[in-house]
Parts: sequence; structure tokens; C-alpha cells
Amino acid sequence: MTAPNQSAATPDLLYSEAEEDLRSAVRSLLADRAGAPAVTAAAESGTPYDPRLWKALATGIGAAGLLVPETLGGQGASHREAAVVLEELGRGVTPAPFLTSAVAATGTLLALEAEDGPVAALLAELASGRTTAVLAVPFATPPSGALTGAVAASAGVLDGTVRGVADAVAADVLLVPTAEGLYEVRTAGDAVALEPLVALDLTRPLAAVTLAGATGTLLADAAAADGAVRHGLLTGAGLLASEQLGLAEWCLTETVRYTRERHQFNRPVGSFQSLKHRMAQLWLQVVSARAAARNAADALATGSPDAPLAVAVAQAYCSKAAVHAAEECVQLHGGIGMTWEHPAHLYLKRAKADSIAYGTAGSHLGTVAGLAEIPAP
Amino acid sequence: MTTAPDADEVRRRTRDLLSAYPPATTERTAFLRARFDAGLAWVHYPAGLGGLDAPRSLQPVVDAALAAAGAPGNDPRRIGIGLGMAAPTILGFGTDEQKRRFLRPLWAGEEVWCQLFSEPGAGSDLAALGTRAVRDGSDWVVDGQKVWTSSAHVARWAILIARTDPDLPKHRGISYFICDMTDPGVEVRPLRQITGEAEFNEVFLTGVRIPDSRRLGPVGEGWKVAQTTLMNERVSIGGARIPREGGMIGPVSRTWRERPELRTHDLHQRLLTLWVEAEVARLTGERLRQQLVAGQPGPEGSGMKLAFARLNQEISGLEVELLGQEGLLYGDWTMRRPELVDFTGRDAGYRYLRSKGNSIEGGTSEVLLNIVAERVLGLPAEPRNDKDVAWKDLSR
Repeated sequence: MTAPNQSAATPDLLYSEAEEDLRSAVRSLLADRAGAPAVTAAAESGTPYDPRLWKALATGIGAAGLLVPETLGGQGASHREAAVVLEELGRGVTPAPFLTSAVAATGTLLALEAEDGPVAALLAELASGRTTAVLAVPFATPPSGALTGAVAASAGVLDGTVRGVADAVAADVLLVPTAEGLYEVRTAGDAVALEPLVALDLTRPLAAVTLAGATGTLLADAAAADGAVRHGLLTGAGLLASEQLGLAEWCLTETVRYTRERHQFNRPVGSFQSLKHRMAQLWLQVVSARAAARNAADALATGSPDAPLAVAVAQAYCSKAAVHAAEECVQLHGGIGMTWEHPAHLYLKRAKADSIAYGTAGSHLGTVAGLAEIPAP
Repeated sequence: MTTAPDADEVRRRTRDLLSAYPPATTERTAFLRARFDAGLAWVHYPAGLGGLDAPRSLQPVVDAALAAAGAPGNDPRRIGIGLGMAAPTILGFGTDEQKRRFLRPLWAGEEVWCQLFSEPGAGSDLAALGTRAVRDGSDWVVDGQKVWTSSAHVARWAILIARTDPDLPKHRGISYFICDMTDPGVEVRPLRQITGEAEFNEVFLTGVRIPDSRRLGPVGEGWKVAQTTLMNERVSIGGARIPREGGMIGPVSRTWRERPELRTHDLHQRLLTLWVEAEVARLTGERLRQQLVAGQPGPEGSGMKLAFARLNQEISGLEVELLGQEGLLYGDWTMRRPELVDFTGRDAGYRYLRSKGNSIEGGTSEVLLNIVAERVLGLPAEPRNDKDVAWKDLSR
């Protein structure tokens, strides 16, 4: 056996000027509308998303339709731009259905390559930002996971329960994989029950979705549906790495800021070597996470055959980096890091939940084993 | 005012060099000298000193054209200390005469350089060094001991820092010299290492006379000059693009594929984790390279050495374990004096032992973490009690 082939093209791991402009726009919007106190208040309010914030992000900046072609009313941008948006949403631990709707659900529909019909119509609706959709699969499902079985379909009538669906409570549309194919189900009907669950991550709500004789529109038959949903999950997993990067960066920046200011033993605590080394190690993990996340975003954007491996590498690395950054943030803030008032806990909860979302680091290592030809005993 | 040469100009000069000195019929050193004289050695250096005052980014244009024509290279690994550390320091602080004397034979590989910096009592705390240089007429007389000196046994010249005023605080009483390794009083002794070989040396300096004309920079400002050397030492990443599995993860991954009988579940998980980390480190290096090419150098370089030191150690340690019964064996403990470190051509046991040096040589990982914390993250410096104390009054 030989080493797996190096993908022919070298990935572009930098940020373009347009991407930096997009970052500035998102960052200033979030600074105005979604500071840490607002996020904490929203998390406690039971209304996870501020509809005006989502409208500004989705339609004002055009984030909802970034991945959607211009012919369907989208921005015709790429995963590279969507990744930059996610870095900022991670940095702000912002509650917004961008990852689930504009990335994973949209990525699923785009994989069906429809130019007209219900798929194209739904993509146009999502791109407008007025509608959000989610994949009706548990948030923990990896791209290689089992997709069907929870919901039974019979002649367009759907029955079953899926637990742990992220952002379902705010979604207008469910994309439901069944043994018959992929269905579109509107959440507004009586036959759909969304039961909010108490989630570890206060900023990304989970729900149990129960369909009791719900009517669905068939979007793809079973064969096409499987590949499309897996592509949606791969897209979600790949760009989740950028959310994890932004989150880790915030944790590092805030920890550095705090330890420079906080004095103990008549010195800033950030001058103690034991703490400095931990923050320097964290910095190295963050710059490494950036390279891994950019590589995944670029591979998805260019449709590279290397994308599945790039995504698995990014997830295996960035999940751990983000959790480590959030844990260090709590620890190095000392007692204040344990309080509800300080936002560090929001980041820890998001980081830990993100490390399970779209597959754990361990499940992605399993994917690496296959793709890099490092087979199990 | 002349404008810097562009890619076309550099290509034209390369073609001219190749037609005047056809590689097939030109002796190696003669070709390298001619290349230096044509300004194609390091194009970003000044005209007349091996360069053309051209952008550094044009060097690959020259290198590619010469490689395609089968031109001889100057074996940059063998003369790495000269190229990477001595040359930029001489360029920055040398007199015109020093630049003319030293740069051409250095670049052409005719003269190997070593670096007389570290001492038994001054490793990470390099500025605490105690090697003395005392003025005697137009010479300096140097006494002291240096250590961890790669290439000293093959070097013609050395860059040397020595204390010229023990009454000043440690950073201010140091001067920087060029030492002739063939002079009387220079004694190089092999320093046998953990691997069984003597890749490094101890260098004893006893009454070595260095003419003042071989001082680099003003008396007492050697620490400032040394900073240029050290900065260049750490800018080691950037040139080469590493392929996937190009580093130490390559041999162990190949062993895993070829020897299914060695596989265990525990080793599988650890190998996969390291494979991912090695791939991410490779991508981080690639991103740094792209930043340099785009003219936006990032601080990532300071971290890459840390990452590779840890990875090399963990990967080579895992490899010895993977080999099981064979991991109990070692290639050869015979004392040897290699000119170069050759990681990939050696067995796993050697790699494991040699890689322990990766977190010590060229700045320990602990010192590099301090540098990242203070210079990249802006964290406060450690309180210091050596700053305003004369070197002679410091405890050691």
C-alpha cells in the first residue's frame, strides 16, 4: 500500500479581501445587536433567536443565501465566505440558525442539483432569509452516520419522532430523511409537534420533533436523498470547524486580556510563567485550528475530492481545540469563570456541544482511518 | 534611480549564466561562483554581494530554472548555519570589506560556518555568557568554552559572542566577532550524545587572537547583533512545501500499512490522533508560507518549531512502540561524527532519541513559549532581577 494521494491543487488558506469585508460587516452587526449580556438574556428568555438580528444577518448582509446560486436569489458565494460568518458567530457565541439552516440544510438541498421544482423553490425561500429549515436528524449525527429509521413514510404521510434536532423550534421547514426519500415538512401544521429540550448549550436550542401523520413533499428519492443529506452533514461538519475556531479565538483573547489586568501576589497573573505557557500553547492550537478550518472550507468550496478528509481532519482537531480553549478560559478566569454573569460558561457549553455536533472527534478519526489508509487492527 | 529587476530580467540573467557556464561542462564550484557573481545566489541581497536588490519572491524563479537545467546546488543543509545565520548578520552589521571577504565562499559552500554562542553556563540564558574577549592592541584575546556547536569539526569560520566588559549589565557588555577556527588556541572536541554519535562539539578557546577587523558591529553591542542572528535562526520555515505525510509521520504510517501484525487498538487511536496533528501542522506551515508570499508574514513561525518538536517526539516514541520486539534493538552505538542530521534515513530508535533535542536546540520549548506569550500575546514579562546588575555580580 502507498500513502494516500496528495490532492493536486494546493488549498488557498488565506482570507480574501471580500471575505475580510464580510467579516467586518458581521462583526459590527453582532457588536451592535448581540453583545454577551444580550446573548445571556436571550438564552434565559425561552426565545432563542432575536428575529431582528436574524433578519439583519440573513437579509441585510445576505448570509442566508451565501451558498445559494444567484439564479435562485442567493449570493452565489462559497463555503469560504460562509466559514468567515461562522467564525464571527462562534466568536460571539451568537444564537442564530445560520449553521443549521443556511449551511447544513441548504447544503443538502444544493447537493440535489435541482434547477426548478420544489427543491429550487425551497432554496430560493431559504436564500431570502424569510424561512429557515433544519435537517430532522439528531444534531450529533456524523456524515457517516445512520440517517433513516426514526420516521416512517407512507404515500407522503410521515410518522415518527426524532430527538435532539438543533434549531428545530425556530424552523419553518423540516427536511426529513426516510427510507422512501427526503421529505419537506412545514412545521406550522397540527401534525408536527416540536418539544423543546433542555440543552447543554444555552445558545443553540434542541427539540424533539414528532410527526403524527404529517404531510410531506417528496424532494428526492432514497438513493439521491442519502448522498444529499450526507453532503449536508459534511458541509455542516466542515464549517462547524470555523465556528469552533472563532469560539476558541474569543476564549484566548479574553483570557489574555483578563490575566493582564487581574493582579494577585502583587503582579498581573498573566506574568506567571505557568499561565503564560498555557496561553501560548492555546495560541498555537488556535493558529493550527485556523489552518485546518480554512483547509476544510476551501476543499468544500472548490468541490475538492480531498473534502471528506479535510473535513474529518478539521473536526478531529478543532473540536478538541475549542473545548480546550473554553476550559482554559474558565480555569484561568478563576472564580469569575464559574459565574453565570460572566459569558465564559456560554462558550464552554457551546464548545462541548459543538464537539458532539455532526459527529464526535472520535467518529471523525474513524473517517480519517479509512481515508488516510490507517486501518484498524 | 534604478528599478528592481522583475521576473523577466531575472529569467534573462539566468539564461545568460547557463549559456556562459553550461552546467554539464562547468566544475561545480566554478559554476556556484559564477552564479554568485551574476547576482543569482540570493536575489534579494545587494548587487555585488550575490544579489540584485530584487524581491525575495523572485528567488524561486531562479531556482526552478537552474534546477531544470541540471545546475549544481550549494548543498544548503551542509552550510545551513552560514546561510541562515552568519550571512544575514554579516550583511546587516559587517563592513564592506567583511562582506566582500566572507559572503561569496560562504554561499558557494567553500567555507563552512559554525556558531559559537551557547556555553555550559549560558544556554537559554544566553546573555549570561562568560567567554571573555580582552583588548590587546589591534587584537582581542579570547578565553572560554562553548558547547552544542554543530559543524565545528568541519567549519572554517565561526560567529562568536564574547564578553568584553564584565562591569556592565549582562546584555550590554557583549561584543560579536568572526573567529577563524584554524587559529591557534581553538580546540574542537566531539561531544558524544544520547544517540551515541557526536554530531555536536565542545569548543575550547584559549588565548585565541582575533583581529579587531573581524569584529561585527560596535564594541558592547554584540547582543543587538546576536538578535539578528537569532531571529534568522527561527525563521526556518517558509521555503519548502511539505507534502502530506512528508515529515516523521510518513515512516510510521508506512510501517503501519505494511505490517498488519504489529497493529493494536491502542496504537491505532494514538497514531490517528498524531496523523491528524501532523496534517494540521503541515497545513499551518503551508498557511504561513502563503502569508509570506502574500507579503503578510504572521507570527505563526514562532510556534511551528514548538509544534514540530512535540510531534517529532511523540511520533518517534510511538514508532518504537509499534515495532514491539524490534523496538528493543538499536541500529549502532558506535561513536561517529556525522556532518549532518539525517532523520528519515535512520531507524526509529535513533529518531526517538535524536528528536529529544528538537525541544532544546535553537531555543528550548519553554523559552519559545515565553516568547510567544510576551511578543505575540502581549502578556507581561517575568519580573527580572538581572537587568541592572553588572555581569560580574550575577549569581552563577
